Amino acid sequence: MTVTETPFTGGIVGKPRLRREDPALLTGEAKFIDDLQIPGALWLACVRSPYAHARITGIDTSAALAIAGVVAVYTGEDLADAWAAPLPCAWPVTDDMKNPAHYPIAQGKANYAGDIVAVVVAESRYAAADGIEGVVVDYEPLEAVVTIEDAETDRLVIHDDCGTNVSYVWELTPEPDAVTAAFAAAEHHITETFVHQRLIPTAMEPRGVAAVPAPHNGDMTLYSSTQIPHVLRVMAALTVGIPEQKLRVIAPSVGGGFGCKLNVYAEEILCIVLAQRHGVPVRWTEGRTEAAGSTVHGRAQRQTIELAADADGKLTAVRATLLADMGAYLQLVAPGVPLLGAFLYHGLYDVPVYSFTCKSVFTNLTPTDAYRGAGRPEATYAIERAMDALAVAVGVGQDEIRSRNFIPTEKFPYDSPAGLIFDSGNYQPTLDRAKELIDWDGRRAEQAERRAAGSTTHLGLGISSYVEMCGLAPSRTLAALNYGAGGWESATVRILPTCKVQVVTGATPHGQGHETCWSMIVADQLGIDPDDVEVLHSDTSISPLGMDTYGSRSLAVGGTAIWMATEQVIDKARAIAAHMLEANADDLEFAGGTFSVRGSPDKEVPLAGVAFGAFTAHDLPDGMEPNLQAQVTFDPSNFVFPFGTHIAVVEVDEATGAVELLDYAAVDDCGNQINPLIVEGQLHGGIVQGIAQALWEDAAYDADGQCRAANLADYLVPSAAECIDMKLDHTVTPSPSNPMGVKGIGEAGTIASTPAVMNAVVDALRPMGITDITMPASPMTVRRAIEAAQGGSA
Amino acid sequence: MIPAAVDYVLADSAEAAIAALTEAGDEAKLLAGGQSLVPLMRLRLATPSVLIDIGRLDDLSGISIDGDTVSIGALTTHSALEHSADLAAACPLLAHVAAQVGDPAVRHRGTLGGSLAHADPASDLPAAVLALGGTLVASGPGGSREIAATDFFTGFLESALGPDELLTEVRVPVSTGGWCYQKFNRRAQDWAIVGVVVAEAGAGVALVNMGSTPLRASGVEAAVAGGASAGDAAAVAADGTEPPTDNNADGDYRAHLARVLTERALTAAGA
Ligand SMILES: Cc1cc2nc3c(=O)[nH]c(=O)nc-3n(C[C@H](O)[C@H](O)[C@H](O)COP(=O)(O)OP(=O)(O)OC[C@H]3O[C@@H](n4cnc5c(N)ncnc54)[C@H](O)[C@@H]3O)c2cc1C
Repeated sequence: MTVTETPFTGGIVGKPRLRREDPALLTGEAKFIDDLQIPGALWLACVRSPYAHARITGIDTSAALAIAGVVAVYTGEDLADAWAAPLPCAWPVTDDMKNPAHYPIAQGKANYAGDIVAVVVAESRYAAADGIEGVVVDYEPLEAVVTIEDAETDRLVIHDDCGTNVSYVWELTPEPDAVTAAFAAAEHHITETFVHQRLIPTAMEPRGVAAVPAPHNGDMTLYSSTQIPHVLRVMAALTVGIPEQKLRVIAPSVGGGFGCKLNVYAEEILCIVLAQRHGVPVRWTEGRTEAAGSTVHGRAQRQTIELAADADGKLTAVRATLLADMGAYLQLVAPGVPLLGAFLYHGLYDVPVYSFTCKSVFTNLTPTDAYRGAGRPEATYAIERAMDALAVAVGVGQDEIRSRNFIPTEKFPYDSPAGLIFDSGNYQPTLDRAKELIDWDGRRAEQAERRAAGSTTHLGLGISSYVEMCGLAPSRTLAALNYGAGGWESATVRILPTCKVQVVTGATPHGQGHETCWSMIVADQLGIDPDDVEVLHSDTSISPLGMDTYGSRSLAVGGTAIWMATEQVIDKARAIAAHMLEANADDLEFAGGTFSVRGSPDKEVPLAGVAFGAFTAHDLPDGMEPNLQAQVTFDPSNFVFPFGTHIAVVEVDEATGAVELLDYAAVDDCGNQINPLIVEGQLHGGIVQGIAQALWEDAAYDADGQCRAANLADYLVPSAAECIDMKLDHTVTPSPSNPMGVKGIGEAGTIASTPAVMNAVVDALRPMGITDITMPASPMTVRRAIEAAQGGSA
Repeated sequence: MIPAAVDYVLADSAEAAIAALTEAGDEAKLLAGGQSLVPLMRLRLATPSVLIDIGRLDDLSGISIDGDTVSIGALTTHSALEHSADLAAACPLLAHVAAQVGDPAVRHRGTLGGSLAHADPASDLPAAVLALGGTLVASGPGGSREIAATDFFTGFLESALGPDELLTEVRVPVSTGGWCYQKFNRRAQDWAIVGVVVAEAGAGVALVNMGSTPLRASGVEAAVAGGASAGDAAAVAADGTEPPTDNNADGDYRAHLARVLTERALTAAGA
């Protein structure tokens, strides 16, 4: 497929449109899990290990059982026979990957602070909370493994059944000898080591679950605040041992996920099992502090990146080695997260040879998993920070080093050294435009003036140019990466008798605005009002087929399925219209919602007429089925590769170490835009989330494995007050991999912004000899770096 | 995040609140704006058996100025302080500091009396009242008494208030001399990592989050009185303090910040 321009002609796609989801969300009318009224439901509360690592030597539940309203208490032993399988990990990246047994309730040993050791079932949420205080657990505390460096030594092995803390080593080095040769011949050899701190995804709505059994037939409805009702249905059926058709999963309004709800969690399985056991609904709502320890974390890795370059700074090889923290157990897709970045450590630069290795280890900390960008922010951070170091070594500007290395536009589709095919790209214009927006030359001049004047408020400029791979994913590629499922998406488009439209999507939204976008696509194609298009989703009984929402896949994969289904509906409508107009289908034009015969403008029939005709079926062409409906499952042939350049300007107060963001420009290219307003919104949120990693957020743990940032006073999620107006612009380079020419934009902001800000912070301080600041660049961290550079103390 | 069971009494007068306090003893807690107490209860770090709600005692809310004295009812919200034109004229420092507390939602419910009674060394208003040389009025079963702000903060989250006493009023002198509040934090709604309040061009200086109580920086005040430069006076800002360590800062860094911020505050206040 080649797409040079937009296939949309209806005048709806490409124009900003307010989100239809927002009135209910903004007025508090939307129903989240905790808003559901479920008569007769029992409440679950979890007794969690306060220790990062401890043997459980006894559990006394008698006091808890004596508390008014407490119905039952279960330990791991009590429910040992309740599971058909352990909690699932769907991505065994290597054949010999170590995957410790992981059950909803720990038995014998707790492996992180937050590990469930018993559960209380009670008549109210209050009684359940009282109940957990009544459960007396005897722990024998064990030494905890809290750093990846310590874990790697196997000095203390966490899981006996694994025999080592190393879960797997995964390598991608297509031409090892060429890599060695390139480094041997390099004029410049840059080696940088960076640390990605642990992050707590912090969706606005914490998790929640309710399992509602039907009275007689064994049917079970699971409500969950999840990104993945379809995947959850399969996995929960297998884990609980309930026939798949008996399990219906519904995700009501979901208040964000950022990857942390792309999982199958103990509480989901527990609610099903206990609802079966008690014969009544069982529900659970996560507390915010509880969430900090029991919902997956993100990032948490140490990366070493090496660049080989010639005298002009032209890259000749890139080699990356990671040490990644899986936490105490392997959650659903955790092992694959580093692999989603594994192909991109050379960024958007034309590099002949490439090497990537990742070693992943267990620690006594909360399990990690996908978090907005999953692997790609890490890759982008490494290469973009290293490119700045290369610029310094070569003695050219940060802009120039990038321009010299961008993959030339004429090389697309580009065969990457890691084995991917980058679909389309045109990188230089994004850098040029971002420099213009930020007044690059003016800011550089201001920086020089400040330096000359001996100012103690230092200006820094940071560039981050990025490409990412999203639109997960071609099923065959996933197979090659050992992923346990496909990457297709399903859609049904159905025209109702009155010419209103129902769209059923398997891409389950959790705040993105799918309903608005999908209705715009279909309305544009059909020439009708988007308000006449209803979008159904998030319930496995309404939308039985789906692979859900993550990896910036919904539009490129799910949206494409909708586009294709709509085209099929139009084709059928065209055949019926031709029959009605007694014309040849090939002679019909379809525009503005009307079929007309080319050259005979008075011979026309509106889509509404065709829809009603298809419904009554009184006069259809011979052999044609009634109704206008099509179902399409789209499996993409390739990933899509959005790209862009972000530039941050910061000011560092030398005396306090405080970093202030002064300006931010972002020029992104996600191909054709369906709703520019949603693109902008995704970028705003994404950029701030990435800046948060650079400046604020840190799931700090102490030496005993206790999280010291388990609430929103200590875990610094930025608020609107910390944000600045961003200067956004875009270029449009359609993807040839799908008919709409679209690429994902859900993660791009987060992928790009972290290195832009950190490059700016380091740029501000480089004259002092500072070349790196550990994230987050907190005032104390920055001040300490300044003191160390100045050789003095506070 | 689920508080333990608690009894609730709605007080309709200060006397009724004191009577209820006397009856319930140590297990009771007064509830004003709830912005400090309720989070502690939700974490079960506070588990009072009785809550005595004084939130509707409107006669304990309001700002009046009489000669050189500003009298503020204990139930006056941060937001009321922030937006009072009278206070902005008579004591702009206090109005400004109130505007730095938390976020608008917190300021609409949180009260001056609650902030002082809670005696959190990281809070903004206690240090301001300290720097201004304020006086607190407490009522108990035996009548009311005045407590100088310098005598009020006795330990971490501890004050000179008796278990059966209610804070009814806060008095500060009219103060229009050079002032500044340097609040150093990482997000707009956060508590200060370190804060420095300067009143009357350095005659009153107090520190936020530099020890177990809000602190009066008497060394700085003395240096200013003795004619030292802002820089020289600020050099002693952290002397004798035992600043805490947390995710944001260790003691050394806090001491450094106290010096930097004190110099900036003194300079801005024209010391
Ligand atoms: C998100 C958030 C951010 C915040 N940020 C800041 C900040 O940046 N700076 C800051 O200074 N504070 C901050 N606070 C705390 C806030 O200022 C509180 O309002 C204040 O500390 C307590 O006032 P209150 O009326 O809410 O008291 P309550 O919470 O009702 O009570 C606090 C304590 O004082 C006692 N008490 C209350 N009134 C009286 C009285 N009249 N007599 C005797 N005892 C009484 C109560 O029994 C209780 O022990 C924040 C709070 C929140 C929730």
